[in-house]
Amino acid sequence: MARKISILIVDDEESVRDSLYNWFLEDGFRVESAENAKKALTILESDQFDIILADIKMPGMDGLEMLRRIKSLKPDAIVIVMTAFATVDTAVKALKDGAYDYVTKPFDPDDLTHLIRNATKQISLADENETLKKKVVSLENVEDLIGASDAMKNMLGEVESVAQTNSSVIITGESGTGKELVARAIHANSPRKFFPFVSVHCGALTESLLESELFGHEKGAFTGAMYNRKGRFEMADNGSIFLDEIATISTKMQIELLRVLESKTFMRVGGNKEISSDFRVICATNKDLKSMVEKGTFREDLFYRLNVVNIQIPPLRDRISDIPLLVDYFIKKYCTSMNKPPASIDATALKRLQEFNYPGNIRELENIIERAIVVGDGKKITLKDLPLEKTIVNNSTESLDDFEKTFILQILNKYSWNISRAAKALKVDRVTLYNKIKKYELKPADQ
Amino acid sequence: MNLPNITLISFGYFEKELLENTAEAVKNEFRCSVNIKEGHIDLSEFYDQARRQYNGNNLLKMIDAMSFPGSVKTLGLFNVDLFIPILTFIFGQAFLGGRSGIVSLYRFNNERYGMTGDNQFLQDRFKKEVIHELGHTFGLIHCHNTDCVMRSSNYVEDIDQKNQQLCPNCKAQIGM
Repeated sequence: MARKISILIVDDEESVRDSLYNWFLEDGFRVESAENAKKALTILESDQFDIILADIKMPGMDGLEMLRRIKSLKPDAIVIVMTAFATVDTAVKALKDGAYDYVTKPFDPDDLTHLIRNATKQISLADENETLKKKVVSLENVEDLIGASDAMKNMLGEVESVAQTNSSVIITGESGTGKELVARAIHANSPRKFFPFVSVHCGALTESLLESELFGHEKGAFTGAMYNRKGRFEMADNGSIFLDEIATISTKMQIELLRVLESKTFMRVGGNKEISSDFRVICATNKDLKSMVEKGTFREDLFYRLNVVNIQIPPLRDRISDIPLLVDYFIKKYCTSMNKPPASIDATALKRLQEFNYPGNIRELENIIERAIVVGDGKKITLKDLPLEKTIVNNSTESLDDFEKTFILQILNKYSWNISRAAKALKVDRVTLYNKIKKYELKPADQ
Repeated sequence: MNLPNITLISFGYFEKELLENTAEAVKNEFRCSVNIKEGHIDLSEFYDQARRQYNGNNLLKMIDAMSFPGSVKTLGLFNVDLFIPILTFIFGQAFLGGRSGIVSLYRFNNERYGMTGDNQFLQDRFKKEVIHELGHTFGLIHCHNTDCVMRSSNYVEDIDQKNQQLCPNCKAQIGM
């Protein structure tokens, strides 16, 4: 239901205030009145009004000065100025200062009705716009970026700060880590969020197709170009363009891309008209671009143009603590999409999932959960629902230190923390073992 | 059970038939008894020389100051051109949720718009606006229902398009 529109009448003539007050009251508006600009500004400090209907000629501060003050406080305010002495000059001045409209007293009842109806329509549209924007923001809320680990928190912090800027971003990370999601998150949190996010998978297109895809083409530019077509750069005007697998583009395309990034202008394939577009570029790659630059396979100037900010997405094996959250998220996602009742996962299965290596990263975990939901009994995911044999078990001991720590702990636990027996089993002296316990801050499980 | 009483008080010349028909329409719409009275005042003090019209605000205040024992609402009926300071003219006005209102017959006559006079139109318009202003005194605001008598009317054509009755929603609002 539409909210009640409020109107503040500002006029030094009591009869005018009363007339308008009654008139608007009968129309169902919330109405207040003030006899001068000073009082009106005081009222506006503590109350919000959708429409302010103000006389221009008032003792003390006049309507135009009040209009300027209201506009500086609330630029969206709809102020309608009225006067008994209409001159073109004052009308123009009022409109230049941001008045919504200008009326000469007395006015025809129908004019007043139309004026207020139009203003009300504008307010409704603004309200609707605000509501829709909020809806879009909630839709764009990138909830797929799940994780509470330090690595993830750091990355999300970077996303948040870089989103507010206009800088080019390169997102690096292994395949399946969610580079496009991060790119979407940057876009969704940026001032460009109400404009398009255009994604191009550079690796999937040949050089000529990529050229036509990025720059668009004119009718007849090549065989099969039957219509004019906008390119992705043109579509991303005011928004962001995401170039996935940027490392795969040819040397020729690298030169073209560099030119476009520098001038933000380009021509369609087969066209002769220069088109400009205001876009932000976000790239992603799972390759080491710097070493490609050193080898001469990626242009250095393009690399520096793109690599203003680099966001590194940690692989899933480096954020094992996020797995329960991700598992929970994917279970909910697939139960909902498959129209199944909410399922859960048993502790053994979850522990096993935390031991995996995930060469395919989150994409692989997602596939495992999706499969488990499909083949499982629909209530609880157990070990038998997981395709374990195909997955490399993660030792979670990336470094020698990690390996040593885990191994010593295992032996200590095996000998119930009897230092002498553990040291004998490890073939080291007791002092060395004590030093290792101190170094790795090892403690018995019950402490 | 005693029905609430509404007083229609006319100032200036009105045909008896018009007043009686109007009273009947009001009676039917608000399920009340209606008193018709004749008022005698000097309207010249409400006349605005510059605008050549009668000040509706002051006339409304004058009606509001009148009291008729047993009457819950009083509506002043006039045959002069009414204005309020901010508008070029009004058909009538009332205190929202108050006890008084005014309506003028002046602008309801077709002849005023260069057309042939039509007594039926005149009567219908008058009845509708009397019910409309009384509706305001019962606390009703303008209604968006195109048929409802409480729909706002700035021209006589607007009045012609609406019904003489309150819509079910407006009726419900005043407990009828």
